[in-house]
Amino acid sequence: MSALKVFIADDETPARERLKELLGDIAVQVPTEVAGEARNGLEALEAVPRSGARVLLLDIQMPGMGGLEVARHLAALEQAPTVVFITAHDRHAVEAFELNALDYLLKPVRAERLAAALRRAALAPAAGREQLARAAQGAREYLSITERSRIVLVPVRDIVFLRAEQKYVTLRTREREHLVEEALIALEKEFAERFVRIHRNCLVARAAIRGFERTGEGEDAGWHVLLDGVPEHLPVSRRQWPMLRELAADK
Amino acid sequence: MPSIRQDVSADFLPDFRNLGVLARVLVGVNALVLAAVVLPSSNASLAADRFLYSATLVEPLLIAALLALAALSSVLARLPYWPGCAAVLAIVLALTAAMHAVLAGALGEAATDLARPLALSALATALMLAYFRLLVRAYSPALAEARLQALQSRIRPHFLFNSLNAVLSLVRRDPRRAERALEDLADLFRTLMGDARRFVRLADEIALLERYAGIEQLRLGERLRITWELDAAPSDALLPPLVLQPLLENAVYHGVEPGTGSADVLVRIERRGDRVRALIENPITEEVGHRAGNHMALENIRERLALFFDAEARIRTSSEGGRFRVEIEMPYRVDARKAA
Repeated sequence: MSALKVFIADDETPARERLKELLGDIAVQVPTEVAGEARNGLEALEAVPRSGARVLLLDIQMPGMGGLEVARHLAALEQAPTVVFITAHDRHAVEAFELNALDYLLKPVRAERLAAALRRAALAPAAGREQLARAAQGAREYLSITERSRIVLVPVRDIVFLRAEQKYVTLRTREREHLVEEALIALEKEFAERFVRIHRNCLVARAAIRGFERTGEGEDAGWHVLLDGVPEHLPVSRRQWPMLRELAADK
Repeated sequence: MPSIRQDVSADFLPDFRNLGVLARVLVGVNALVLAAVVLPSSNASLAADRFLYSATLVEPLLIAALLALAALSSVLARLPYWPGCAAVLAIVLALTAAMHAVLAGALGEAATDLARPLALSALATALMLAYFRLLVRAYSPALAEARLQALQSRIRPHFLFNSLNAVLSLVRRDPRRAERALEDLADLFRTLMGDARRFVRLADEIALLERYAGIEQLRLGERLRITWELDAAPSDALLPPLVLQPLLENAVYHGVEPGTGSADVLVRIERRGDRVRALIENPITEEVGHRAGNHMALENIRERLALFFDAEARIRTSSEGGRFRVEIEMPYRVDARKAA
């Protein structure tokens, strides 16, 4: 049996040291090799894809980005590692893990529990995005674009609008466009507070709406949204107009 | 642990040197006088006259009584509750009798009955003592809650388990450091589970702060940088326990842990005249996920300060220039038995 490649992500140095000690202790039962370490969520997202790790030991409470969101971004990788979450105490997270059949360990971690979790992880496939999304509480801070072995993050607060185009959703920031592989309807649900639907295929950031303008004549007449920071004028569907008009009145 | 006996499960006399207590007595007694003259009278201007007349009699007595009680407060504080009440009553009645004698002599008034002023003084005194007793009882739940909170939310489970985990990581590499960390944890828990109803010396609370900081330092390493400004801290000042440690814990939890870099926390404690001021400052971080603010801790500290110091203690929070500050101001009190 070849050594299982394990990646460790925890913001506390002593906690990472402890995990390494334990991996050493159980090396006879479960041979492992530490493929990398990260001190926060963003570091983990950068380092995990090219580490070749099969298993990720992931603390859920980390600065920069919490473990659950890290796992959601990693899940899009072709060779996503299987995640074992670690928490000192988070009753809500533990309930969510139980409910969604995600593996987790409690701090302080025991050697035998770690060995059992690693054995399971070596066999189990990585959890899917939907499974992780259900376990996560609240919306992500970032959307991610997965390139071959790299994850590009776009802060949700930078997004001006999201437009569905066939299989993809185009995400527009002030600077550029990206394609994300997610369903517009799921994004609408996750970020209901931040975005509003203006059309069957388009969500815009509430904060970016500068105004509305009426264009065209007769049958073709319709309203468009003007947005801060981008030149596009996006059409508003007749169905959404009454709701948006109220929103505009509130502004 | 040197502390003044402030056992609230039993009753205790108010501190007659406290401005809040003095104000309550002044307002309370005058309200009683007003009620006594207004209620039986149907004529408003007559009632006003009678109030003014009564006030000229009552006010000198009231002030004399308060001065006497303030002067004797350290003696009174050492008496058990009921003998203490009797002593207060005796002082007030003696002053009433003295006033009566002086007035009778000076004004040459017809020797009025001494029984009436004595009865009224006794009644007012008894009512005020009863009021303070009720006040203490009303605040008592805050104390019971403080202990409960100490065991529940005050010890953040997150802190407990992460600390234990950090100690475990030391056991093999640095057993001595691990021992010290466990001793620090034990001290911290002893205080958290201790009696929240006793005053402690500032030196003890500062020692607790340092123990707590030692444990956090172990976990967070260079991410946590604490600047201590304690040179002007009066180590003999008395304060309720666990007033400062929860604030430092908040500072670490909200100001240091959510950040990826290192964060500076400032702890400054100083005496300014007859006031003790404590300031704890941390950077404001953009918190990821759901970190509910611990307003419970702040509320509880506010209530306990009010119970121990009445209106003379203050707690203020402010945000400025990316830093969050909590300031506490309280009167400088020392253990009367030690100072004597």
